[in-house]
Amino acid sequence: MLKRKCWLSFVLVCVLFLIGACSNSEGDNSSTAMSGDTNGQSSSQAQEIRVRINDDPDFLDPHHATASISFQMILNMFEGLFIPKQDGSLTEGVAESYEVSDDGLTYTFKIREGITFHNGEDLTIDDIMYTFERLMGLAGGEKLSNNFDNVDSIDTLDDTTFVMTLKEPNSNFLYSLTALQSAIIPKSNDGKHNENPIGTGPFAFVNYSPGSSLELKKHEGYWQEGLPYLEKVNFIFQSDDQAAVMNLLANEVNLTGIPGHRVSEVEGNYNVSHQNNNSSLIITFNGDKEPFNDVKVRQAINYAINKQDIIDSVFSGYATPIGSNMSPAMGDYYLDGLQEVYNRDVEKAKELLAEAGYPNGFSTKITVSSHNDIYSSIAQIAVENLKEIGIDVEIEVVEWGIWLERVYSGRDYEMTTIDLTGRPSAYEVLNNYISENDAENFFLFDNEEFDQVMSDVLLESNRDKQIEYYQRAQEILNEQVPAVYIADYQILWGSTNNITGLKSYPFWFHDMKEVKFE
Amino acid sequence: MQKHKKNINLLLGSGILLAFIGILIVSFFYTPYDVNSMDIPNKLKEPSTTHIFGTDEFGRDIFSRILKGSQTAFLVGILTIAIGGFFGVLIGGIAGYAGGWLDEVFMRIMDALMAFPGIILALMLVAVFGPGIINTSIALGIIAVPSIARVTRSGFVQQKEAEYVTAAKLIGVKNYKIMFKHILPNISSQIIVALSIAFAIAMLAEAALSYLGLGVQPPDPSWGRMLKDAQSYLINSPWYTYAPGGAITLLVLGLYLLSNALRDLMDPRSK
Repeated sequence: MLKRKCWLSFVLVCVLFLIGACSNSEGDNSSTAMSGDTNGQSSSQAQEIRVRINDDPDFLDPHHATASISFQMILNMFEGLFIPKQDGSLTEGVAESYEVSDDGLTYTFKIREGITFHNGEDLTIDDIMYTFERLMGLAGGEKLSNNFDNVDSIDTLDDTTFVMTLKEPNSNFLYSLTALQSAIIPKSNDGKHNENPIGTGPFAFVNYSPGSSLELKKHEGYWQEGLPYLEKVNFIFQSDDQAAVMNLLANEVNLTGIPGHRVSEVEGNYNVSHQNNNSSLIITFNGDKEPFNDVKVRQAINYAINKQDIIDSVFSGYATPIGSNMSPAMGDYYLDGLQEVYNRDVEKAKELLAEAGYPNGFSTKITVSSHNDIYSSIAQIAVENLKEIGIDVEIEVVEWGIWLERVYSGRDYEMTTIDLTGRPSAYEVLNNYISENDAENFFLFDNEEFDQVMSDVLLESNRDKQIEYYQRAQEILNEQVPAVYIADYQILWGSTNNITGLKSYPFWFHDMKEVKFE
Repeated sequence: MQKHKKNINLLLGSGILLAFIGILIVSFFYTPYDVNSMDIPNKLKEPSTTHIFGTDEFGRDIFSRILKGSQTAFLVGILTIAIGGFFGVLIGGIAGYAGGWLDEVFMRIMDALMAFPGIILALMLVAVFGPGIINTSIALGIIAVPSIARVTRSGFVQQKEAEYVTAAKLIGVKNYKIMFKHILPNISSQIIVALSIAFAIAMLAEAALSYLGLGVQPPDPSWGRMLKDAQSYLINSPWYTYAPGGAITLLVLGLYLLSNALRDLMDPRSK
């Protein structure tokens, strides 16, 4: 009797599965119909956008935040003296105009009048002073930024004139005056910048629910007339890419990144835009450890790895091959042709490995983070490629926090793979490799000529000459290969059809200023 | 009638298990393709005569990986019941045979372990000791201990009052000899049933842990991990999920049927 019940329940479960499968497909149909409706009704739609973000911000205080993902959101709340543009150049923001003295040491800024903070207070010169004193640790607190170590003094001439004096000329200095490095914040909010962030940007802070969402609303007193269009911006945290696609299909979010292989599911019903990320996806080595301290070994690995396979498999083809740490998204600064240097050549790789004294290869380990599957996918392809030249690689997958601690800060690794996110300035794209940049040079790359080029470029004020320096720096990276430069992968944004005004930048920023629903 | 049904369970269960053991043995000598060799231009190809279960996102042959994945599944299963069986029988045996405060202490510890959701405990252990097949097996083995210990203990409690035990005691046989030479063989059938259930649970849990990225590490194939990888291609390449999903379901179903049949066969009351 009991047995019969067992079988009966088994059959029942099967039937339930079938019913479930049927009702699912019906559900799909109705939801597509629904999405059609909402698209049709869009003209009456409230100007509220829901944007999916992979993860929580690390800080809301712009001077403490370091994660690219934080700035992707909070740059909507803050502005610096300058505002980065889509092509990587700068335009005047809180500063209306500026002058540089002939010796390149004194910068004089005229502060724009009529700017108000989100709390309604007018921006004054005191707030500017407060911001930089806070960053430089002049007001007693700890120093929050290394960007201003070269600043000798800051001062005010009158109510609208702000002066910074440098110790040495630095042609890249203006880039440290955007909201990425020095967001202007009000003195009156001292001590509460993380709990209740206030800035001068187009959107004001409303609420932050950890693990759930960050809510922003329109800053009514924004100094750029007529902007922004949206009333509300809601950043919703969803770490799972697959679920995010479902959220978009269910109209729970209006904008999300989409994995390349799922583009075909949303194309047609949704807008899909491609953004060159300006990141560099790399497989890198610990330059202090044998055998990776030998340039021939690094070059051999470069010849062995099949970049096109990685691009096709992991990014479904949506990526641009690179030959050094810079992506074509950097425009004039980018040196074209380097991406062709290490075309796959297994024989040459074997030769180089033999010359380096490893004719039979060696064993090593690649440590990758688990926070995104792309890293272990890339590692798997690399392992197969390197097997062909006799290098035996074991894959170790660790959590993101452990990766940061052990690999990025601790430098206790042999090989790893990661993407370095883009920055607006060419200098910052390349400065990771300066031997004295302890914080970021986790490849432990140490090359005299590279260091020299990177310090010379700061003294050069002529843009064409700067470009020459930056291109030489890229050549050095390509010769010395502290990493295998794979690609700048594109981020594919899927958005509801009726959204306009989305902009892409050479760094992580969801600019909502000019976005609206038609 | 009753007898006939039992035979169906036994036949189906052992048939499925034997088929998988066959697959396991074959996988040591032969797979149609190298399990890790990639062929990216041919990625995500539908099942065909060249790749009977299709290819994955790196162009690897799914059939070969399913074959090889059986090694992972059985390795985890066997290691788990080895660990769980050894400690479970030891703890259950001592608790049941000695009785008294030792029984109380051991069984309360087992209760505490059992009260904790198994998969969470496994997650915690793997997070502490790092992912990988051995650590996963150890974690799953620890989880298997309490249920095996309980079965063993109740067997010992029943048997220790039996006449042959009293007789052995009277002629001066050492306690450990009585426990493992005299009593254990008499309750082995119950333990075997418990072990076969533990085996099935271990396979499911391995699949779950690998699915969460904490079990077997890439590139070695594991059915759970394949299922996870297949998930992101569910809409465009649904057939990718069939093979790993089917393999896990079938094997676990087979083990459950077999353990059910074994229990019925060995249960004196059903005779």
